Amino acid sequence: MSLFAKFDEIRAGVESLLGRVRNPFDVRFDKVLSPTEALLGGRTVLLFGTNNYLGLTFDAACVEASMRALEEGGTGTTGSRIANGTYSDHALLERRIAEFYGKRSAMIFSTGYQANLGLISTLAGRGDHLLIDADSHASIYDASKLSTAEVIRFRHNDPEDLAHRLRRLKGRPGNRIIVTEGIFSMLGDTAPLREIAAIKREMGAWLIVDEAHSLGVLGETGRGLAQAAGVEGDVDFVVGTFSKSLGAVGGFAASDLPDFDLLRIVCRPYMFTASLPPAVIGSVTAALRRLSTDKSLAARVLANCRRLYDGLAQAGFKVGPEPNPIVAVKMPDRERAAIFWNRLIDEGVYVNLALPPATPGSLSLIRSSVSSAHTEVQIDRAVSIMSAVGRELGVIATR
Amino acid sequence: MAAQGTNLDRSRIEAEIISMLTGRVPGGVHVSAETQIVRGLGLDSVAILDFIMDLEDRFDISIPLDRVAEVQTIAELSGAVETLMRAPA
Repeated sequence: MSLFAKFDEIRAGVESLLGRVRNPFDVRFDKVLSPTEALLGGRTVLLFGTNNYLGLTFDAACVEASMRALEEGGTGTTGSRIANGTYSDHALLERRIAEFYGKRSAMIFSTGYQANLGLISTLAGRGDHLLIDADSHASIYDASKLSTAEVIRFRHNDPEDLAHRLRRLKGRPGNRIIVTEGIFSMLGDTAPLREIAAIKREMGAWLIVDEAHSLGVLGETGRGLAQAAGVEGDVDFVVGTFSKSLGAVGGFAASDLPDFDLLRIVCRPYMFTASLPPAVIGSVTAALRRLSTDKSLAARVLANCRRLYDGLAQAGFKVGPEPNPIVAVKMPDRERAAIFWNRLIDEGVYVNLALPPATPGSLSLIRSSVSSAHTEVQIDRAVSIMSAVGRELGVIATR
Repeated sequence: MAAQGTNLDRSRIEAEIISMLTGRVPGGVHVSAETQIVRGLGLDSVAILDFIMDLEDRFDISIPLDRVAEVQTIAELSGAVETLMRAPA
């Protein structure tokens, strides 16, 4: 049997789409022109599938800081921090993140995926109980696999179900560690964090919140959902990423716990991978400064997502439960989702195609993400094109 | 719905699981003790994990994800449920 035979079903699923649509897993841009436009197949497309929430990828201050760091620090660190050492700018960025969150310490990871993988798998040890939201990101599931703890899913955004599953563990030894997310990556809905924090306190559990999609977007100073919900004191560990609002790559975890820095010598996804290169540290440090000092960025992205969300809802699409920078449209089936996605590119709009099993409830989704850099004209054009294609394919009613 | 008692034997657990799956699996799929969970039910991985949550509630137990990964057939799943029901709290 072929070594790859185990993937036959997945291969067949992708191949069933090909021939009629572009390969959704292999979109190749000729050139990215700005946070909101790119060249694809020689034509300009509007970017509505990038997670570039604050539009900082081409920000002049971020680019300049990145170039300066590149020239001063070189192209890469060529190794891990435990082996090759920490650059002063790594330590500076960690201090800045800790200050931003008002926490004692922060650690940076080479990707957001690794931040979840490392933090969760290391904290949740043998005999502990990890309780994860059923709609958790793949990085949380993979962390669960790497962990030696017992892993229990609770129903998505259902605090009562979480409490019920925690009560079921009564009498059993081990820490209880709850993991949830600020904004969920597929439907763009937020966690009921006040209720979850109350359960955490009542049950004596620990709480990890992944603010990957909410950093820079929610909360008075952009710290995310925990700040918006007023429960930051209940969150033991904040996880986040540099690859969305901060416009680069990398991840972090922050905590007030005095022993947090022990993770630097026990957390393998932190220890055994190359640290982030100077250019990335430079742009992220500058982006964090922008985020901290320019509140108009968050205001704009929130206004923009409301405009896209309302526009699509008014057109008759079935949208996600909340207007957040991720705006998901539910498609009737997998086939029409793929054809819809493909037609949007034909018409000059790039979004994400999200299919089961990567989606909750086996939904087929067209997933858009909104940026503060989008203009109202761009958003209205995207709504207009999506509506026209929706009518063409019978996804929404013809008016 | 919580368990109606904790003395269910394996055959009754198995019958209950098969009954719960009926109506959830695609038309034409016949579920038996020997049915392979991943390849035989016609459910994607998320739907299988959602079904496991229903089983946890039906039998009032916790089924950790690593236990789910260990079982391949409905019979093995029934055995795991039986073991977990008998485990001391």
